[in-house]
Amino acid sequence: MQHTRPTLSGTLIWGGMAVLGAASLGILAFHRGETVNALWLVVAALCTYAIAYRFYAKYLAARVVCLDAGRPTPATLRHDGMDYVPTNRFVLFGHHFAAIAGAGPLVGPVLAAQMGFLPGTLWILAGVVLAGAVQDFLVLAFSVRRDGRSLGDMIRTEMGPFAGTVASVGVLAIMMILLAVLALIVVKALAASPWGTFTIAATMPIAVGMGLYLRFVRPSGVLEVSAVGVVLLLILIWLGGRVAADPALAHVFTLSAPTLALLLMAYGFTASVLPVWLLLAPRDYLSTFLKIGTIAALALGIAVTLPALHMPPVTRFIDGTGPVFAGSLFPFLFITIACGSVSGFHALVASGTTPKMAGTESDLRLIGYGAMLAESAVAIMALIAASVLQPGAYFAMNAPASVVTADPGTAASIISGWGFAITPDALTALAHRVGEATILGRAGGAPTLAVGMATIFSNVLGGDRLMAFWYHFAILFEALFILTTLDAGTRVARFMVQDFAGMVIPGLARGLPATVIATFIAVGAWGYFLYQGVMDPLGGINTLWPLFGIANQMLAAIALTLCSVILFKLKRQRVAWVALLPTAWLAVCTLTAGAEKILSPNPAIGFLAHADRYAAGIATGTLLAPAHTQGQMQQIVLNDHVNIALTALFLAVVSTMLVCGVRAALAARANPHVTAREAAYDMPLRRQNA
Amino acid sequence: MICRCVAKTLDFAAQTARLMLGVPDYDAYVDHLRTVHPNQPPLTRDAFFAARQQARFGAGGLRCC
Repeated sequence: MQHTRPTLSGTLIWGGMAVLGAASLGILAFHRGETVNALWLVVAALCTYAIAYRFYAKYLAARVVCLDAGRPTPATLRHDGMDYVPTNRFVLFGHHFAAIAGAGPLVGPVLAAQMGFLPGTLWILAGVVLAGAVQDFLVLAFSVRRDGRSLGDMIRTEMGPFAGTVASVGVLAIMMILLAVLALIVVKALAASPWGTFTIAATMPIAVGMGLYLRFVRPSGVLEVSAVGVVLLLILIWLGGRVAADPALAHVFTLSAPTLALLLMAYGFTASVLPVWLLLAPRDYLSTFLKIGTIAALALGIAVTLPALHMPPVTRFIDGTGPVFAGSLFPFLFITIACGSVSGFHALVASGTTPKMAGTESDLRLIGYGAMLAESAVAIMALIAASVLQPGAYFAMNAPASVVTADPGTAASIISGWGFAITPDALTALAHRVGEATILGRAGGAPTLAVGMATIFSNVLGGDRLMAFWYHFAILFEALFILTTLDAGTRVARFMVQDFAGMVIPGLARGLPATVIATFIAVGAWGYFLYQGVMDPLGGINTLWPLFGIANQMLAAIALTLCSVILFKLKRQRVAWVALLPTAWLAVCTLTAGAEKILSPNPAIGFLAHADRYAAGIATGTLLAPAHTQGQMQQIVLNDHVNIALTALFLAVVSTMLVCGVRAALAARANPHVTAREAAYDMPLRRQNA
Repeated sequence: MICRCVAKTLDFAAQTARLMLGVPDYDAYVDHLRTVHPNQPPLTRDAFFAARQQARFGAGGLRCC
């Protein structure tokens, strides 16, 4: 990196931006009054992103990875026009962003809003700058230097086959819990909602129609077909309102949570076994466009209306007694918001198709670091949407049914008792405005976000008349791309199961029976946790989201461990702190959270304490809610034990990977030579002399 | 002049949208094949799409949460 003297205008601009960002954060933190405008949150976030991209990302690019615009990338070396294609950096940014953005950054911040908007904001901003974007960028850059290899491959070659296998077990486990928790969000949103259930069900014939058209009529007309599909979806949302208004039809589409859970499992099984062109791919096309369109619309809506935030900056629930998820600010805030701050899943995406399409290394800062900043902005928008609601309404929607009951009168008095005043009429009126019978006990993010988005959108377009339409639009959009993740994820998991089976008994890996059995195992694994979540008295999200957060942060810790090891093997340990710092933080968070989930004496947090409570009930013959029979009591104890085993597995995986990482780094430090295995590159002479 | 600029922008947007769906630029593929492997006939536009779709989703198509 050439050192240039800072210019006066540059100093003024960046200094001014730093002052503006700091002042906005100060206003958010110290404002005392009824509401504070979302503008300050937006300004604080944008200033943080700009400064981080200009200075820290540049430092990473120039000093840590030492990007070299002249060094050929896999796309140029192996250009085949299909997998390896040098691609314009902005086009590739779009591809990468569409691949990393999903339901995660929308749900986590909504759940974390129970502690107020300030803790979530600070973690989203600090996390993305120092951990999330660093991970995405480093993994992308290291993959580009290794022929576009996957994360698993890189772990195997840089840290050894044992570490590689441990990491793949971790990835499979995180997939299962991810799919379960996403499916649970859909169930929570659609239970007893004929409008939502109808629109989601009707997306299937639309997708199949698109699939058939693309297969047999005009395969390359994918953009036109998708546009028609999106228009049909919008008509469907309107039609859904009619269905919900008709008592006979509404009855058909009013389903209970357990029924929906079973239907989702049947769907996941079918969709992942069918040919991909029939259902899976066209559904992905629809959800991709709906996703990008909604994110853009949300950004526009917030920018135009600049809504007031009704949620206080910090609530009393930072002490860990919150109804949405149990556990105190440290460590549970840091695992509740994963995507948006740092998400291990991105490491899989950043070492997937993107590194095979980068035309030059100098594009990687925009694609790796920049796209993650954009994803973080989505998380900030979700936090704004949740904070736009009256806190009373927020807690009515997100507190478990066992806490607030299904009756608006009792719920309003309980929530008002927490200090968030709300009247029963206000709850009923809000449900009515969004076209639902009730909004109580709809944890999981999607409905809250939908009400927030509907509030913001209806201020821009349509007013109160369109509120119900916007609500169901938001539900459709979330449910649609969650279902896409569900079928694609089941397919990925099925192949992983087949690979593991093939390792043990060669020959078991392929063929129709193997496919069916492996799919059955994959669906059964996430279906078990889904069903457990549906039956959970605390609403399931309360139990499962922390497990998902732990798993996702664990994967990030693994990816960042790999990055640290590679920096040591490159003999760049002086700058390895950029990866070591977030690795250490994530390790502390996941290990503490995991240990608390198992060992905490509070039954709301600790699985052991929870199991003990029910075991004691079984011993004395008493029934504890929600169990109605001794059999259900035993089921609850069994669920706790399964959750303990899973959490212990996560802890074992992350500890093992950390030990492997430390050993590999120490060995690399003792070795005087560069031992990292980058793709060969003859350095031009002038560089060696420089 | 304005027309060309608009057309170029639209083309760029369409290319971005297609790649979001996992379909790289077909013209670039044909150009590449013509210059580097002149003896190898390129896939048709439709076959190219079908091949890309299978490549993206065949193994599941990993995406984020």
